[in-house]
Amino acid sequence: MDKIIVKMKKEVREKVVEICNSFNNQPGELINVLHKTQDFLGYLPAEVQELIAECLHIPTAKVYGVVSFYAFFTMTPKGKYPVSVCLGTACYVRGAEKILDAFKKELNLEVGQTSEDGLFSLNCLRCVGACGLAPVAMVGDKVYGRLTPADVKGIVDEYRNLEANA
Amino acid sequence: MAKYKMHVLICGGTGCKSSNSSDIVENFQKILAEKNLQDEVQVIKTGCFGFCEKGPIVKIMPDNTFYTQVKPEDVRNIVEEHIIKGRKVPGLLYVNPENKEHVSDSKHMGFYKKQLRIALRNCGFINPENIEEYIARDGYQALASVLEQNDPEATIELIKKSGLRGRGGAGFPTGMKWSLCRPNKADQKYMICNADEGDPGAFMDRSILEGDPHSIIEAMAIGGFCIDATKGLVYIRAEYPLAIHRLQVAIEQAREYGLLGKDIMGSGFDFDIELRYGAGAFVCGEETALIHSMEGKRGEPTFKPPFPAVEGYLGKPSNVNNVETLANIPVIINKGWEWFSSIGTEKSKGTKVFALAGQINNVGLIEVPMGTTLREVIYEIGGGIKGGKKFKAVQTGGPSGGCLTEKFLDTPIDYENLVAAGSMMGSGGMIVMDETSCMVSVAKFYLDFTVEESCGKCSPCRIGNKRLCEILDKITKGNGTMQDLDELKNLAKVIKDTALCGLGQTSPNPVLSTIDNFWDEYVAHVVDKKCPAGQCKALKQYVIDPEKCKGCTACARNCPVNAIHGTVKNPHEIDQSACIKCGTCYEKCKFNAISIK
Repeated sequence: MDKIIVKMKKEVREKVVEICNSFNNQPGELINVLHKTQDFLGYLPAEVQELIAECLHIPTAKVYGVVSFYAFFTMTPKGKYPVSVCLGTACYVRGAEKILDAFKKELNLEVGQTSEDGLFSLNCLRCVGACGLAPVAMVGDKVYGRLTPADVKGIVDEYRNLEANA
Repeated sequence: MAKYKMHVLICGGTGCKSSNSSDIVENFQKILAEKNLQDEVQVIKTGCFGFCEKGPIVKIMPDNTFYTQVKPEDVRNIVEEHIIKGRKVPGLLYVNPENKEHVSDSKHMGFYKKQLRIALRNCGFINPENIEEYIARDGYQALASVLEQNDPEATIELIKKSGLRGRGGAGFPTGMKWSLCRPNKADQKYMICNADEGDPGAFMDRSILEGDPHSIIEAMAIGGFCIDATKGLVYIRAEYPLAIHRLQVAIEQAREYGLLGKDIMGSGFDFDIELRYGAGAFVCGEETALIHSMEGKRGEPTFKPPFPAVEGYLGKPSNVNNVETLANIPVIINKGWEWFSSIGTEKSKGTKVFALAGQINNVGLIEVPMGTTLREVIYEIGGGIKGGKKFKAVQTGGPSGGCLTEKFLDTPIDYENLVAAGSMMGSGGMIVMDETSCMVSVAKFYLDFTVEESCGKCSPCRIGNKRLCEILDKITKGNGTMQDLDELKNLAKVIKDTALCGLGQTSPNPVLSTIDNFWDEYVAHVVDKKCPAGQCKALKQYVIDPEKCKGCTACARNCPVNAIHGTVKNPHEIDQSACIKCGTCYEKCKFNAISIK
């Protein structure tokens, strides 16, 4: 099979190789390599997976198999302000679906999408551990609790204003 | 802790941190320094107090005053009134919902009265990032006595006699597990801690790791000594950054104190711990899947035997224990198996931590002796149903468990009773639902989760659950038939009997238990095309009240499918066959003339 032509910046390539080296290119460290790479790059595009496969001497299919298996790994870049709505059971019974619908409407995004300007992305997650504040949503690392659908616009505007004043 | 006159304990658990408890810590430090009290009052950021509903929590010692829902701007008041003048701040005290009186000492609060905290003994009491505080509360004493006694078989026997069972869900006797691993000889064996808490709505493992990480390290060293393993591995979710950080700090400190590493306490026993990160896969809580994931592979389970005790991580004998199970170990050794086995029921000893959540007044993390009834947990500790609504069901065991109705409220909680009632203990999620929850939707919610989390290795789980989910979807959309209900039951039983691992075998439980306990509700969806709880969007009916309708035409003009007919200044009507139930008319009506049936 022909290899995918690797299109990535030199520094990205060097950094990924460096990460693989730091784990001695051990196939058993694949998940740790992917964690470090995603920390650095924000996501795991196909060409990066190809490169990791090459470094660890394993088939690309195996890398892709692991990336697609775990929910934490993503192949699409997240927005500058990633919105995650908790759909854990505690939040679900306190109306998390309505919060999610409100975010969908306000951001005009479906779950898993990133806005064209790269500012917002919308995702679901399972349990932040702040069930006392249910329903909960996160923007980046900040947790917003005891939400009602009416709060959603204010939260999004907070970041829009931040961007407008930047 | 002796040199300080007072201690301010501030919850640094995830729930309270989300409501700015870090700012509260900062303000205390700032204001105490301003008053020149920093050498007399110590500010400690602790792990979770459990009473998340009323967070952020601030506790003042030694008088045990328990302040709830503290805001950063309240700090000055607490310092000036309580710490300096010795007057409690009434506005921040807990109010007993029954008699509206202020309760200042947590011991007298309904939420804490019935609790017995063994696994959570240190959560909310110590600074988790300071090993000396753990040692001051008998920390590492159990490890010292086990190493001094130097008789691993006797320690295993003690754990066996205590009756401790795995708290991850299945309830396998912990001492037995250790004794199965011990005789297997190998050049390297592994003691593994399962901290991959995947049940949505359960956060006890995380709270223990965040609030008392040293108890896990100590227990793992004891376990390692008993099964003859020199390496410990903690498989922890990458989504728990705070727990990871505190565990790393704790491991570093334990190494500095010679409690991990070579020749621990001069006993000749070597043991060290490394972390492995999960990446968000529910099935990785299953021990064989967990081991595959640690090896850098897809977390797919394999058939047992061989058990991990024989062939585990990298093919070597390994023992996997859950976080909460491990947290019990040091106390059992310190206080003796007789003490531990005196708590609980005949077959389930000790306590269990539950994450109490949902439509309940006191959401939080609780620990009760086995044998406590669901009614005591929900009404006495949980403070009853939110907003005075009617109790409908309690879901235990997460996606693998079931929904229990009112008739089970007086069932004492233990492993056997919950299984007999059609649910299971699971890791300890306990979600309370009121009359506004639609049980068909709840079953579908869990199935959606299982479909997403199924690893895809065996077809009963991969395809069967998908089909179950499709049938449930059909029912919630009002297109179900009675035949679908039969199909649902049959398929659920087949999946239960044929799936490969624990996840698949238990995944139909939410469906089976809701069918058993809420059959009428399923029938209402199928035959009457109605959702009694009013949750299923497709089964809602929007109706215009002709008395209230002024004929303003706002609804008709905004209806995207022209389903509303009528003339100006005359009551309008909705054509139900054309209505797509989008709710636009409901939002646009200024006269509250449109209602949902």
